[in-house]
Amino acid sequence: MSTPLAPTKNDLYAYTLRQADNSMVLCQRLCQWAARGPELEEDIGLTNIGLDLIGQARSLYQYSASLFDRPVDENDLAFLRDPHEWSNLLLVEQPNGDFADTIARQYCYDAWHLPFLEQLTASNDTTLAAIAAKSVKEARYHVRHSSMWVKRLGDGTEVSHRRMQDAITAVWPFIAEMFIADELDQRMLEIDVGVDLRALQSAWESQVSALLANATLSKPIDVKAIVGGRQGQHTEHLDDLLLEMQALPRSMPNHQW
Amino acid sequence: MTVTENSPTLSENEVKFEELLAMGAKIEPRDWMPDDYRKTLIRQIGQHAHSEIIGMQPEGNWITRAPSLKRKAILMSKVQDEAGHGLYLYSAAETLGADRTDMLEKLNNGKMKYSSIFNYPTPCWADMGAIGWLVDGAAICNQVPLCRTSYGPYARAMVRICKEESFHQRQGYEIMLTLSNGSAKQKQMAQDALNRWWWPAIMMFGPRDDQSPNSELSLKWKIKLFSNDELRQKFVDIAVPQANILGLTIPDKDLSWNEKTGHYTYGEPDWEEFFEVIRGNGPCNKERVSNRREAHENGQWVRDAAIAYAKKHAEAALSKAA
Amino acid sequence: MTHKKGYPLWEVFIRSNRGIDHKHAGSLRAADAEMALQNARDLYTRRSEGVSIWVVPSNQIVASDPDDKETLFDPAEDKVYRHPTFYSLPDELEHM
Repeated sequence: MSTPLAPTKNDLYAYTLRQADNSMVLCQRLCQWAARGPELEEDIGLTNIGLDLIGQARSLYQYSASLFDRPVDENDLAFLRDPHEWSNLLLVEQPNGDFADTIARQYCYDAWHLPFLEQLTASNDTTLAAIAAKSVKEARYHVRHSSMWVKRLGDGTEVSHRRMQDAITAVWPFIAEMFIADELDQRMLEIDVGVDLRALQSAWESQVSALLANATLSKPIDVKAIVGGRQGQHTEHLDDLLLEMQALPRSMPNHQW
Repeated sequence: MTVTENSPTLSENEVKFEELLAMGAKIEPRDWMPDDYRKTLIRQIGQHAHSEIIGMQPEGNWITRAPSLKRKAILMSKVQDEAGHGLYLYSAAETLGADRTDMLEKLNNGKMKYSSIFNYPTPCWADMGAIGWLVDGAAICNQVPLCRTSYGPYARAMVRICKEESFHQRQGYEIMLTLSNGSAKQKQMAQDALNRWWWPAIMMFGPRDDQSPNSELSLKWKIKLFSNDELRQKFVDIAVPQANILGLTIPDKDLSWNEKTGHYTYGEPDWEEFFEVIRGNGPCNKERVSNRREAHENGQWVRDAAIAYAKKHAEAALSKAA
Repeated sequence: MTHKKGYPLWEVFIRSNRGIDHKHAGSLRAADAEMALQNARDLYTRRSEGVSIWVVPSNQIVASDPDDKETLFDPAEDKVYRHPTFYSLPDELEHM
């Protein structure tokens, strides 16, 4: 039997959903900053990133929905799935904490998301490639914005340095997961639809190390990785996030809004 | 050379100023202007800016709970616009010598006011519809004439704001329309929201003309171009047919069409409540200001860090250049 | 270390399209130039208003005094020969 060149519908659905969930959960986190930013200009900046992410999530959910075996739409996927059905990375569901925690989470994700999307633009699946081509420009700005803040907080005052260092330490257990490929990732890679996650790691590490050094921050060592997001094993933070996000459509199902 | 040539007397300045106003020319930042003109503008633009910033909260509360992805994206960009509009307005006020940091401090310690409308709670999703339709609708009635206000930077900020805000009212009305055409429960949500927001929106135009202490001078200086009651009438005339299309009932038993005037006659709002909210006793006054203060205080270390970083790196660049 | 006054003020100029001058859009607050550029992008180009941005510290702008208006600008008013309409040419001349 020769290797199938096209993914199964189920695989493509699940793979697309993973990427959608990442954008959606991180967007929801940034939404929680509305009217709470450290400066009004930054409120606008964080919302711009959030708007890019919700745009990506919608394109990806719409594509996932078209692959599902019964009629669903983007809202069903976002509002009617239970936490264990979500397949986002654990990193993006971590709480906002203070501004340093938000920036640490954002930068670590952006520095992964950008090369991920760059690879995805070459996907054999033309829809995924097209969504990636649009998103890649957005991610390029995101990484610029978040790295600007890592430098300022790391190399700012004593207080900000300590907070930024603590924040980096706090997100570090969730980094390894970004580079672990499971069977689905492997299948999608073999037919040139998906991204080679392991290949992203060395570039990520050298880029992040350079920025941390520039920001006078140190890279945590000997950190035990926490994984499970892609398999629906989440930290408790996702429950709270979804409880709030899904409350209204779940309390009044089958309504138009 | 006489002294008056170098330093014109006050009256000469005043004459020039009045001439510019009479010509319909704009007053620009470095022109001479009466102290009270400057003060009135700083107060008005500052309050307007603060209203945009505080106004982010009642809607910001629903961003995380918006019931569809489309509505979430729309609400995010609307609340973001409000931050932007606040900044355009602070920017205009700063051309008059006011300082944004000072103005925000005065907002945080209650020395400067913002529109009372934002002291009402938003317990229900339909409030997002009512705010867009009625509050933004009333704001547009107020703001469109301000695009021609006499102070240049304020007028230019208003042009930009009005252009961007045109979607705000439409998205609110669309929410109301969807709810009104939805289930019985949804329609009831829409009616409840209308009941709660109608009178506060009516009062957004300020006290009746015979009770409005600042209006006369503002009209003379062309800061304001229409009186409170004129603008309020305009709003009512526009809103009533819009409510009819929604199939909702405006909670005013005195509301009727007056054939003779060609306008709607409307009832008297509860001004006692209005002044209570202005005095700080509205349902959400304390919460709104304390949220704002908290955001500011929690951000202090971030701003300090950015300033320290900028200073360090500017010094490094200087020593490199030397 | 607390800076009561916050970030310095920057003026923002936007080029809305190729072939058009940068035009003053407004001001904003930022700690340094890099942040000012990002804030300007986020604040003043949310609806694709720009293809290029300048930011300038507001205190670096040197402006003329409005009271100097007559001294500076009135002397240009009688130099009508600088404008093409000053010249009367024969009607037969179609293009010039």
